[in-house]
Amino acid sequence: MANILLIGHGIKHGIINVFKNRRFSLASIGTIAACLFLFGVFYFVLMNLQYNVDKAQENVGFTVLFKEGTGEERIHEIQDQIVEKLDTANVVYTSAEDAWKNFKSELSEDLVKTFGNDNPLKDSASLTVTLKDVTKQNEAVGYIEKIEGVRKVKRSEEVADVFGTFNNFIGVISGAIIVLLLGISIFLISTTVSMGITVRREEISIMRLIGASDFFIRGPFIFEGMFLGLIGAAIPLGILYFCYEMMIKFMRSEFSALSLEFLTMNQIYADLVPIALGIGLGIGLCGSYLTVRRHLRY
Amino acid sequence: MARIEDIVEEEQTLGNEEGAEGMALEDTRHEPIIILKDVVKEYKSGSVALNNVSLRINKGEFVFIVGASGSGKSTLMKLLFREVDATSGSIYVNGFFVHRIRRKQIPRLRRTMGVVFQNFRLLKDRSVYDNIAFAQKAIATPGPRIRKRVPQVLSMVGLMEKVHANPTELSGGEQQRVAIARALVNKPLLLLADEPTGNLDPNNSWEIMKLLDAINKMGTTVVVVTHNHEIVDAMKKRVITIEKGEIISDEQRGGYTHG
Repeated sequence: MANILLIGHGIKHGIINVFKNRRFSLASIGTIAACLFLFGVFYFVLMNLQYNVDKAQENVGFTVLFKEGTGEERIHEIQDQIVEKLDTANVVYTSAEDAWKNFKSELSEDLVKTFGNDNPLKDSASLTVTLKDVTKQNEAVGYIEKIEGVRKVKRSEEVADVFGTFNNFIGVISGAIIVLLLGISIFLISTTVSMGITVRREEISIMRLIGASDFFIRGPFIFEGMFLGLIGAAIPLGILYFCYEMMIKFMRSEFSALSLEFLTMNQIYADLVPIALGIGLGIGLCGSYLTVRRHLRY
Repeated sequence: MARIEDIVEEEQTLGNEEGAEGMALEDTRHEPIIILKDVVKEYKSGSVALNNVSLRINKGEFVFIVGASGSGKSTLMKLLFREVDATSGSIYVNGFFVHRIRRKQIPRLRRTMGVVFQNFRLLKDRSVYDNIAFAQKAIATPGPRIRKRVPQVLSMVGLMEKVHANPTELSGGEQQRVAIARALVNKPLLLLADEPTGNLDPNNSWEIMKLLDAINKMGTTVVVVTHNHEIVDAMKKRVITIEKGEIISDEQRGGYTHG
């Protein structure tokens, strides 16, 4: 019962603090909102680019060719081995007949007639392998080349390298920006809570005198930080929700050459909402906790 | 009665052995409520506020602590509710060995006492009712009990008609009554008053002292630090005089001996 009363007190006075300390609260919320808006935009761009990269990666495969005389049964065994050992997105078997059939469609009828019923690609059965992570292509090719019966693996190293580098680049940039924004936000929350503590110094000293528990004294400030973080996260989520179409238009115009496809808003928000609210709550909690630890000791 | 003193003695011998912090003792009337033994308080600046002070106050007593400014009276009060730490010596208050309790236990110690100051220390942005209720909310008292108890203490201090007033609308004497009501609302065993009449005119000072006397007669131990010799001389209570950090006299039904 006492704990519920204490939590209730903390929540109530946390909300009161947000309004009492209006100017600083607005400054904190504004900055967190700006940071998380940037984060949201960045996340939106990142996710859509990643989505397009993933789609492109799905088409970046390599072809496994087999030694002369390797039977279909053996090729299927190799296919099973690849599926089992490697993290593949797709492994497609193309028989010699299918290969010739596909190739014929690119040749003139006269030229095709010269071959009669012969299949000039009779040893051209192949497996087209697409990995889930294109950066692991070298490793995969190395493994396949050692399999008995494999003659050659044809691949596009350049494309794989470009995607690999791009993925790493996005990871590093996003990490750096997020860390910077988090730092700024925690500092601002801390400043706001410090101001609140200064304004309420007399009240706090009275609370101490009458034997208020640590949680009773600190709780409102911790909750204040959490509310600031949550409000600061909710605002950009709302704005981004309404700006999504605009951003898609922007992306299409800026990256028109890439003929990009976009995730739906629901797909983006399914992850973005908990992430943004979690970050907001986290920086609020972190900023306020560090501040009360420093300023409110018995 | 010597039992608690023995424990304090033993505490000193044991040093910092674990397990004795905040140990509650039997709440028997006429037992000591405060024991100080060889207490020294030296501030970081090097000034010694209290030098080997030993005293004992029993439950139900009314005690004046008098002395010149800077004699160590307020430091003594602060030591009792652990606003400051003693440099050495033993302090026992209300079942707590104050010199040994952990910081987390300080709120529990303070809940056993009420403290009143010269400058009232009321929250100016809250009503009289809220100021008093605040002391109960701070220790997570349920709402119905607060609604029952606050009018009781307001009646006790004679301020029932001011329940919705703001402290700034009250006279000094009335503000001090509110402070006393706040100190009493959690039914403390001990009431510490540091210069409670320091900001009041003689009439209001007398009113406050009569109120403290009435509270004492209801069973609460009252310790008052004051400069007001007229009141001290007139009330004929126990008077402890401190000079330069040392107790120079301790008289039952005494007077203000400080020159």
